[in-house]
Amino acid sequence: MECYFDNVATNPLREEVYEAMLPYLKEEFGNPLSVYPLGIRAREAIEKAREQVATLVNAKTTEIVFTSSGAEANNFALRGIAFAHQYTGKHIIVTRMEHHSVLNSARFLEKLGFTVTYVTPDKHGVIHPEDIKKAITDETILISVIHASPEVGTIEPIKEIAQIAKEHNIIMHTDAVASVGNIPVDVKDLGVDLLSMAAHQFNGPKGAGAIYIKEGTRIIPLIFGGIQEGGRRAGTENVPAIVGMGVAAELVKKELPEKMEHVRKLRDRLVEGVMKIENVHFTGHPENRLPGHASFCVEFIEGEGMLLMLAAKGIYVASGSACTSKALKASPVLLSMGIPSHVAHGSIVFTFGRENTMEQVEYALEEFPQIIKRLRELSPYAKGWEGTEEGGSCIQKK
Amino acid sequence: MSKIKFVENIKPDVTTDIVYMMCPMHLLKLDEMMRELEEGQILELLTDYDGALEDIPEWCEKTGNEFLGVDETPDYFKFYIRKRGDKKFCPVPGQSKTEDKNKGDKE
Repeated sequence: MECYFDNVATNPLREEVYEAMLPYLKEEFGNPLSVYPLGIRAREAIEKAREQVATLVNAKTTEIVFTSSGAEANNFALRGIAFAHQYTGKHIIVTRMEHHSVLNSARFLEKLGFTVTYVTPDKHGVIHPEDIKKAITDETILISVIHASPEVGTIEPIKEIAQIAKEHNIIMHTDAVASVGNIPVDVKDLGVDLLSMAAHQFNGPKGAGAIYIKEGTRIIPLIFGGIQEGGRRAGTENVPAIVGMGVAAELVKKELPEKMEHVRKLRDRLVEGVMKIENVHFTGHPENRLPGHASFCVEFIEGEGMLLMLAAKGIYVASGSACTSKALKASPVLLSMGIPSHVAHGSIVFTFGRENTMEQVEYALEEFPQIIKRLRELSPYAKGWEGTEEGGSCIQKK
Repeated sequence: MSKIKFVENIKPDVTTDIVYMMCPMHLLKLDEMMRELEEGQILELLTDYDGALEDIPEWCEKTGNEFLGVDETPDYFKFYIRKRGDKKFCPVPGQSKTEDKNKGDKE
C-alpha cells in the first residue's frame, strides 16, 4: 500500500484543477498584456483567479499579487517592506519558528545594515504576543510571524500580535503558506498587512503563490519590469498555474470544514496509536494546531532511519525541515522549543490530506511500531541516553 | 520646455499612492483613476518616479485634463490633476486600447 502522509511538503493536483489549467497550456496561450482577444481571454482568466484567491482569504482583488511560490511571497514581503520603509527605521522582528524564506531574507537584510530580533517560542512552539511586544523598538518597521508551523503544526496567535503591531504603527506580515487552504484564514480578521500563500498546499499546482498586500501598503517590487500585477511583480504571468490556483482556492473554500474534519480524524487516530509506543513525544501544541498535522520525536533513533524504513513500506512522511533531512542537522525549530538536540534528531512528521484514508492510517500503525522497535535494537542508545553528552532522556520542560 | 509648476495646499477629491511603482505605472494609474472621477474633481497622485514630472503634464495636455501642479516632499511628488472633458485617451503614447474590455487590467 502506498500512503502519502507528507501533505505539508506538497499536495497532489486535483483533477478539476488540472482540467481547468489544460486550455492555458495549449490553445489559450496568449500574453495577458496583449490587447487582442487571445490576450484578453488570458487576462480575464487571471482576474477570475484573483477573485477566487481573494475570496479564500477575504481580501479585495486589488490586494492580491500572484507570485511564483510561497517563498517568493515571503521574500517580497521581507525585502519589499524593509527597503520601502528603511528611512522610518531599520529594525525587523521575526521568530525562530519561521520558514527559511523568511529567516534567510532577514539574515540577508542584517548584512545590509538592518537589525533583526529573533523571538523564541515556548515548548509548544507558541510565540507569545508579549515577547513580540518586548522586542519592539522605535526603529521597528516590520514584524513577521508564521501563521502555522509546517514542522510542528502549531498555530500562532497572529491576531493578537497584529493588534500589537497596529498599536505601534508597525507593518505586520504572516507566512500563511501552511495554513491557507488547511484552516480558515481571513486577512481582515487576522488584521495583518501582508500574508503569503502557495497553491500546492491546497491541491493547486506548483509554481503559483500569492501575497496579500493590504491597500495602501507601500512596498518595493522584488522583480522590476513591466506592468504585470499592478507594477508590483513584473514578468509574464504563469497563466495555467494562476488559473489552477484560483480553481483550487474556490474548491477548498467550499470544502474546508469537510476537509478539516476528515484530516483531523485521521490525525487523531494516528496520534492515539503512536503515543502508545514508549519514549515517543508529541511535538507542537496539543490542541491549537493544524488539523491534519501530527509531529513526534522518537527517542534513541534518528528520523532519517524511520523515514527510509517507512518509505520501504510505501509510507511517505517527513523528518522535519530541510536542515533535518538534507543537512542531517537537528531542526532549529525543535531546538528553539527547548527540545534537546539528541531527541530532536528523532523528529518525524505525518501530515494528512483529502486523499488519505483511515485504512492507510491503520496500515501505518501496524508498520510504524515495528520499525521503531527494529531501529532501537540497532541503536547504540537502545538502553537509553547514558553516555551521551546531553545525558538524561526526556524533553526539557521550559 | 518644462510645463511643470509647483503648488501647495490643494484639496484633492481622491488620492492614489503609487510610491515605489515604476514607469509606466504612473500613466496607467492616472488613466484608470481619471476614468473614475467626475468632471471637475481633483486627483492627487503620489509617486517617487521623477519621469512623471515630464510625463504627467504632457499626458494632461494630450487628454484635455487640467494639470494643476506638483508639490514636492522629501520622498515623493504629489501631482494634482483636475478632470476635464470626456475625451477618450490612451494611457501610453502609441498604444491604443479598447474601451471597457480593458478596464481593471492594471491591477
